[in-house]
Amino acid sequence: MSIHNEEESKDQNPSSVTRRKFLKNSGYVVGGAILGGIVGNLLGRPVQENNPSQAAGPTTDYNQALMFFTIEQFRTVEAATERIFPADEIGPGAKDLGVAYFIDHQLSGDWGFNARDYMQGPFYKGEAVQGYQGRLKRREIFDIALQEMNNYSRSKYQKRFYELTGEQQDEVLTAFQNDEVKITTISPSGFFNTLRTATIQGVYADPLYGGNRNMDGWKMKNFPGNQMAYTDIIEDEKLAKIPPKSLKDHVQH
Amino acid sequence: MAKKLPKVDVVIVGVGWAGGIIAAELAKQGLQVVGLERGKERKTEDYFMVHDELRYAYRYELFQDLSKETVTFRSNEKVRALPMRQYGSFLLGDGLGGAGVHWNGQTYRFLPYDFQIQSKTVERYGKNKIPAGMTIQDWGITYDEMEPYFDAFEKMAGISGEENPLGGKRSDKYPTPPMKYSPQMKMFQDATKKLNLHPYATPSANLSEAYTNPDGIARTACQYCGFCERFGCEYGAKADPVVTVIPVANKTGKFQIRTHSYVRRILHTGNKATGVLYTDVTTGEEIEQPADIVVLTSYVFNNVRLLLNSKLGRPYDPKTGTGVIGKNYAYQVQKGNALGFYENMEFNNFAGAGALGVTIDDYNGDNFDHANLNFIHGGGIRISQTGKRPIASNSVPKGTPTWGKEFKANSIKYYNRTLSVSGQGASMPFQHHYLDLDPEYKDVFGDPLIRLTFDFEEQDRQLAAFLAERCGEIMKEMGADLIQVAKDLGPYDIVPYQSTHNTGGVIMGASPDSSAINNYGQLWDAENVFVVGASSFPHNSGYNPTGTVGALSYRTAEGIIKYSKNGGILV
Repeated sequence: MSIHNEEESKDQNPSSVTRRKFLKNSGYVVGGAILGGIVGNLLGRPVQENNPSQAAGPTTDYNQALMFFTIEQFRTVEAATERIFPADEIGPGAKDLGVAYFIDHQLSGDWGFNARDYMQGPFYKGEAVQGYQGRLKRREIFDIALQEMNNYSRSKYQKRFYELTGEQQDEVLTAFQNDEVKITTISPSGFFNTLRTATIQGVYADPLYGGNRNMDGWKMKNFPGNQMAYTDIIEDEKLAKIPPKSLKDHVQH
Repeated sequence: MAKKLPKVDVVIVGVGWAGGIIAAELAKQGLQVVGLERGKERKTEDYFMVHDELRYAYRYELFQDLSKETVTFRSNEKVRALPMRQYGSFLLGDGLGGAGVHWNGQTYRFLPYDFQIQSKTVERYGKNKIPAGMTIQDWGITYDEMEPYFDAFEKMAGISGEENPLGGKRSDKYPTPPMKYSPQMKMFQDATKKLNLHPYATPSANLSEAYTNPDGIARTACQYCGFCERFGCEYGAKADPVVTVIPVANKTGKFQIRTHSYVRRILHTGNKATGVLYTDVTTGEEIEQPADIVVLTSYVFNNVRLLLNSKLGRPYDPKTGTGVIGKNYAYQVQKGNALGFYENMEFNNFAGAGALGVTIDDYNGDNFDHANLNFIHGGGIRISQTGKRPIASNSVPKGTPTWGKEFKANSIKYYNRTLSVSGQGASMPFQHHYLDLDPEYKDVFGDPLIRLTFDFEEQDRQLAAFLAERCGEIMKEMGADLIQVAKDLGPYDIVPYQSTHNTGGVIMGASPDSSAINNYGQLWDAENVFVVGASSFPHNSGYNPTGTVGALSYRTAEGIIKYSKNGGILV
């Protein structure tokens, strides 16, 4: 098959080899739960490959700008997702992984517009087992919910959500999760679940979507990302330690 | 006015496994065949960027666009049915190859018991074993009669496997050897053997080695990349219609595929179809395709919907149990599993293949005594190594919060330290589980959506609890440090993903009184209409359905060839 051969030849490509060597030399060792702070140290420093055109210095990540959120919404989402998936001794949290950018970018497209969902009326309140029956799109739900998160924060603590302490933020999120916040237009728990799911997606989706920065989400989990074959390790008893690859590896020139 | 095209011998609605197989077999015999596919063309080159969990598994790249058409659902007739607005419980395939593109490749044969479920249950346990309202019936064909068609499908697809010690008799071995055994599969194998059970490698369409099928189609071996379910195969290793039967049909010069062609009505006069009416979704043009024979091979829901919207066949009436179109909708019981956490072992869970695994059938069908059990049938129990992907796989021990520091630590720690043993329970039909047209909600053309009325029954709850206990016993033998058993089935909920093994609605049988089609897939009420798919199943077994769908498709192809020569009802 043509794709197969192309991929095999890519494996011989010098930049891939260099990348592997870099990862080895940098002390990056994947070992399940023990990899600890090493991944954290790689954070925010894009892996520089031995490529003359990029050797001059760190490149700007032009992807990190906003397509949908206001800056206040962005800060709220960044703070909330960091509580859902916090930085710790294992490695970076949602903020440093770019999860808020990921969610912003997703809301600006098909997912935010519910483009491939059935959104025709009439709309009736259904049984829980019938699933979401609202007329609002995800981007509209985020608009309302983020406003409500800040309203709730102000009424309880006289501050905006992202100005609260971590513990206070957890209390606000828990109030949404348990439907303790009274909102007539949206389901607080429905929003919380969407936010949680989107956070996990932003941590672990291919970096091309703006989250999982530097593949650090994958590195923490020892997930090798985009690999063409595991034929050699499928029978192995030992956990394979394979430096991850992203889809970008398929379009390197 | 619709544009009318020249008549062809056969028009096929939906080009997935069933449509592709039938197209290939008929075109080989010289029949002029047109395949109408509402989605787009698909090819192996499409999957260059396929290792993208978000796009394919969570944004549903390969699935039907629900904004244009979905199903409505209610638990029972007292509730208003509402549309499935977003994906959840099952995923509807779309495009050339249909659900045959995104499947895992687990290719079982239903048991001899399945084909004669009613008579065999009565024979062993008496009539009273079948509870009121359960509408099981024999399929109008036996396993032995089906065997050659199973064999044909397995050889075409190159199924990799080893004999199931508790399965039906085989005329030949699998065309390729089983997939490789990973350490976790060996653990399951050892544990089940110690428990005196009968493990075998899950029969796989992923292909254990390079294979050339009887049609001369050559495919390469699976690379265990871990992206099968919800994904297409970038190697063409996983058997799908696009890399197997469709090229064979194309090569004859007798088969024409029209994509973006959305069939809306089967046209008929008297008790014969004259062709189909479809919309070219790229132009909006309505087109009539006359044909001598019409074959419906779309998914379960659309096979039923097309017949009902076309007013063809006798609609099912749940009050009296009469009529047949929409009857015996069944699903599957995907509860009954055990999750094991290991403190001192790690597994390469990210590696895998859709049909990589080991199965036991000791608790499937009637392979065990049901005399003292409050359910019939059973389920396959397996360990599956489909490749754990990081968005989907965040198992944590009970008591762990669903977010925050502890969730993060545990979901990462246990990612490669959990194994799962799960049951795939059979689903029996009931008089009040059925498909009909929704009175309120419409598709993008203004045609009624199909309405699903379904809930789990006591039969299902008992089965789930039973399978869960068995899974727990196996997991214990596999030495997990912590075992969490899921056995409470609860009500049927359309939100969480469970299984795309929906069945029934155009069921086969020996008599027009109780079935819509005969054992060639021929519609009793219109002899030149054939309907094939899991819609043909009078109940659903404890297996993935594709092997049986494939076998029925070969059977139907044979029937259509006979019919094209002699006409008439074939049985």
